[in-house]
Amino acid sequence: MSLWVNTKRVARYGLISFVRNGFVSLTAVLIMTITLFTVAFLIISGAALNDTLKQLTDKVDVTLYFTVEVGQDQIVSMQKALEALPEVAVVTYVSREDALAIFRERHKGDQLTLQAIEELGGNPLGASLEIRAKQTSQYESIAKFLEAKQEDEGAAASIDKVNFSQNKATIDRLTNIIETSKRIGMAVAFILGFATILIAFNTIRLAIYTSRDEIGVMNIVGAGHWYVRGPFMVAGILYGVVSGLIVLLLLYPITLWLGPGSERFFGSFNVFDYFVETFPVLFLIIIGSGVCMGALSSYLAVRRYLRT
Amino acid sequence: MIRLLRASSHKIWTLRRVRYNTRVIYYNKVTKIYGRGVPAVEDVTFEIDPGEFVSIVGHSGAGKTTLLKMLFAEVRPTTGTVYFGSREIQHLSANELLALRRNIGTIFQDFRLIPTKTVYENIAFALEVAGKSEDDIAADVPHVLELVGLADKLWSFPSELSGGEQQRIAIARAIVNQPDVLIADEPTGNLDPVNAHDVVEILKKINDLGTTVFLATHNKTIVDSIDRRVVTMDQGRIVRDEKHGKYIL
Repeated sequence: MSLWVNTKRVARYGLISFVRNGFVSLTAVLIMTITLFTVAFLIISGAALNDTLKQLTDKVDVTLYFTVEVGQDQIVSMQKALEALPEVAVVTYVSREDALAIFRERHKGDQLTLQAIEELGGNPLGASLEIRAKQTSQYESIAKFLEAKQEDEGAAASIDKVNFSQNKATIDRLTNIIETSKRIGMAVAFILGFATILIAFNTIRLAIYTSRDEIGVMNIVGAGHWYVRGPFMVAGILYGVVSGLIVLLLLYPITLWLGPGSERFFGSFNVFDYFVETFPVLFLIIIGSGVCMGALSSYLAVRRYLRT
Repeated sequence: MIRLLRASSHKIWTLRRVRYNTRVIYYNKVTKIYGRGVPAVEDVTFEIDPGEFVSIVGHSGAGKTTLLKMLFAEVRPTTGTVYFGSREIQHLSANELLALRRNIGTIFQDFRLIPTKTVYENIAFALEVAGKSEDDIAADVPHVLELVGLADKLWSFPSELSGGEQQRIAIARAIVNQPDVLIADEPTGNLDPVNAHDVVEILKKINDLGTTVFLATHNKTIVDSIDRRVVTMDQGRIVRDEKHGKYIL
């Protein structure tokens, strides 16, 4: 008998079993919907956490202030030296003029300060380099590099100050918060994911437990293992697909409703925008997880009752 | 249909004679011990020829079901050998075992129909695993249902049928592939006397068409009415084997 005929029969029986075992299918779909919803929640909350941590990380930098006398070529060579460091993500050059413009902008309501600047005659501000590390934990080593430069006689005269020591406590605290958040996030995701997958697996196992006599009959009639297993796996895949579609359908209004609130709470992360932008990936992950979970659970559950 | 079956069974019968020579089933010094308990079957040796109708009788726990289950390898002997034709059942590969099961029809006291499949689908399943085409299935299922007198129940579910009807469907499923051997384990255990009589009549008819029937029962009336070979078991051993036996315990 051709493989195609067998596949057609297996698919048909899987579909029939899904429809006729209505209550069992409904239970399995409900549990799997909760599981996949948890998966979606973990993905979206993980993205929100990462986005928030990234925003915080972006707010941290080390600034190297130069004295007013330093020439641009000296600053550029320092910039190049910094950019060569593996820990450094970006080095932004702020010229003396830019620094003055930023200063004026920042104090535009403060006439007294602006007047004081005018009275000084020239530009009292030096140029600076804003250094951003790839990870917050790497600022320490960048600071050490800068300290070494300060000790070096040639460069020492040109460096006015490095703001690392003032920011050190904040940076260290932030680094701790970021690391801890990531670790807790991963642990929660793992525990929640594992628990819900286990629940979904057990539900399918129970659904197949009710068919154990049926499997016994199929064995005695002489059906091959795949012929027995196939319809149950098809039903399992259908549980996954239907649950996945329900989750994706539900996520639309939920994220739409939560969108503005999430943006206020997380700073710039809008869950609805994230849902829309990453929909193809989310679709693949949710439906894919459902299909894999359904098929694998059924495969393992039926194996228990197969006899040779 | 019966004419049809008779014609085809004649052909099969001829083939069978060639394939099995003299015996279709042979138990050779078979013992089965479950766990560390007493033997369920002890040192049993006997053979069944093609076309025979053998009733195996005995009290509950005498070892009848264990003996039957060894034939389709649901139970394996602790010692000794069970042969189907010339093949040792315990040495068959997984695929050979599946082929063997397709060649043995089985019916049980509790019918064992698939509750989520219609009568048609229950019987069709046995044909599908045997590799039959949809056209053959569509032709064979109504015919075999006609043979057991349930042609009008094609699209019913097992739960919509009486016990007697369910057992007749189970028989239809067991014989639809025209197996060499039909094993019936207490097929009348859950039936009233009228339905039990009907089921036995069907089994006799199937046997008349050439299929070897191996029936386990403790129903005295049925065994006495069949008037064929009776093997009597007691505490796992064969205590009597008569060509035209009666139920004596």
